[in-house]
Amino acid sequence: MLGRSCDREDPPMSDDPILLSVQNLVKHFPIMRGIIIERQVGAVHAVDDFSVDVRRGETLGLVGESGSGKTTAGRTILQFYRPDSGHVYFEGTDLVGLKGEELRRMRRKMQMIFQDPYASLDPRMTVGDIISEPLMAHQLADRKEAIEKVEELLYLVGLDPTYIHRYPHEFSGGQRQRIGIARAISLQPSLVICDEPISALDVSIKAQVVNLLEDLQDRFNLTYIFIAHDLSMVKHISDRVAVMYLGVIMELTDREELYNKPLHPYTQALLSAVPIPDPPFERKRQRIILQGGIPSPVNPPSGCRFRTRCPIVMPVCSEEKPPFREMGSGHFVACHAVP
Amino acid sequence: MTELLDVQGLETKINTRDGTIHAVNGVSFSLKKGEILGIVGESGCGKSVTMLSVMHLIPSPPGKVVAGKALYNHQDLLQMSNKEIRKIRGSQISMIFQDPMASLNPVLTIGFQLTEPLMAHLSMGKKEARERAIEFLTLVGIPSAQERMDDYPHQFSGGMQQRVMIAMALTCNPQVLIADEPSTALDVTIQAQIIDLVKGLRDKIGMAIIWITHDLGIIAELADRVDVMYAGYIIEEAPVDSLYGNPQHPYTLGLLGSLPRLDSKEHRRLTSIDGMPPVLRETPHYCPFAPRCRFVMERCQHENSPLMLVEKDHRVACWVDPVTGKTRR
Repeated sequence: MLGRSCDREDPPMSDDPILLSVQNLVKHFPIMRGIIIERQVGAVHAVDDFSVDVRRGETLGLVGESGSGKTTAGRTILQFYRPDSGHVYFEGTDLVGLKGEELRRMRRKMQMIFQDPYASLDPRMTVGDIISEPLMAHQLADRKEAIEKVEELLYLVGLDPTYIHRYPHEFSGGQRQRIGIARAISLQPSLVICDEPISALDVSIKAQVVNLLEDLQDRFNLTYIFIAHDLSMVKHISDRVAVMYLGVIMELTDREELYNKPLHPYTQALLSAVPIPDPPFERKRQRIILQGGIPSPVNPPSGCRFRTRCPIVMPVCSEEKPPFREMGSGHFVACHAVP
Repeated sequence: MTELLDVQGLETKINTRDGTIHAVNGVSFSLKKGEILGIVGESGCGKSVTMLSVMHLIPSPPGKVVAGKALYNHQDLLQMSNKEIRKIRGSQISMIFQDPMASLNPVLTIGFQLTEPLMAHLSMGKKEARERAIEFLTLVGIPSAQERMDDYPHQFSGGMQQRVMIAMALTCNPQVLIADEPSTALDVTIQAQIIDLVKGLRDKIGMAIIWITHDLGIIAELADRVDVMYAGYIIEEAPVDSLYGNPQHPYTLGLLGSLPRLDSKEHRRLTSIDGMPPVLRETPHYCPFAPRCRFVMERCQHENSPLMLVEKDHRVACWVDPVTGKTRR
């Protein structure tokens, strides 16, 4: 039966509902000057004090404008970038201290789908080689098994299994993204970080890929971190949503609450900026239009990072960093103005 | 009502090594004074090529406008010589493109780039042009415009660059502004600023706008009338309320169904359109959407539907009524 061997044979059953626990993650990129004598002149504060728990089987959405650090957060969780401080507990193991073979073994369970389906597939490898590479690298299959597995995976993601010998350029953007998805699920991971998987795709293709991601999640009990700037798509696919701004989580709550009762002024502005395909509704809508753009993460504003664009800024905002507080069950917000 | 711009039966073909691509296949639309017309479609549907054809901006070869008329104030733009169209382009009809960084010259100050069209089209002196440029930079919301005149494009953020592009497009008081996905590369909060700005300018200056996009949300917010394009054809045209309230073409229905709505209450599965848009290498004797259509029937396979009136000002190119599933008329 197709798809059979892709089913989890031995699901890593633990009673812990928390699959991934990220605690106070910090990632700064140094800015160096000088050619012979290099010295650090500053740092890009990409991710600061990022804490979030991800439950098994859920989808956590990560939204924010470009430069808000959402991609860096995803990559630092997977240890593509080594964090400056903080902990990433995955199934109880802290990934931050792990090296070499130990880390490699953990990586089987965490995979990534990338934004650009044109850049993330090697143009000189066939589809079969691309999808089977993780299997071969982790020595989970020999050549023959790998081919069978690739055919199953292609079928699962909605591509013709006979495409196995073709090259990436023979596929459209949506089909390439399906190949990237097949590669990501080939190792039967528990966690998949989807880094803007649909932003490069056409409108009618976006829905196809999102539906595929949802089907695969149901089938294999996958846990997703879904990174995107499209708020309506994030709300559609996520169970809970974290709103990021300049490297900091501003608000975290489940999707209904986020839309019905946004507490942070940034979330409110972000929601009101999303156009809704309903002309009479649009005409009645009151918009909050933020001034200016996102400040540079090299010198982020003191105190609250949103204060330079905040419509309800107060003196305390420039002095003190707002704590990330829980306001009712599971609804966290970092704002001084929220009572 | 006087039509400011009236395009009739526009056809553009592009010759490639692999054969001729029929990019625009008999597109007709018109634009009234002060109106915002939205043109929606996916990549490759011919929405940009249509506008570039009208403006003589299709590189030829390989592209060629083979048929059609584009009447602007009763003059046919397509019959004009390069010299004549240059007088119109940038002064009476101006364009904004998707990627502001690629459309601004990186080695010239924005002050130079803003004053150049003023001196060329309106024969202004240097000083006068500079004053006017500063005035428009202020109008589009660039803080301390006077100082920023001598900055280079890379010193501006993406949203600010797009504002510079808009200022540049507006300085010569155009009658028509063609905006080709001007907000696609921008963040939502910046996009909201740009849309707010453009709406305000339309009310203030009274120019007509053609807004090209693939985002049905923006169109709902901005446009008065909408043309939906597919494979080089306009397949549905309607006033904005009528299009969203009563979409008639299966493709329009599919597009609307594939959008998740921020205000939806429960989780519904998105209706996707299977397959992908075609690249036409011949004039089809069938409906180009037929291979992806849920309502496809015998007639669609050998006859392409013309635009038919379904209600006031609402026309659709489809043989099937998607509500009843029966043939029209």
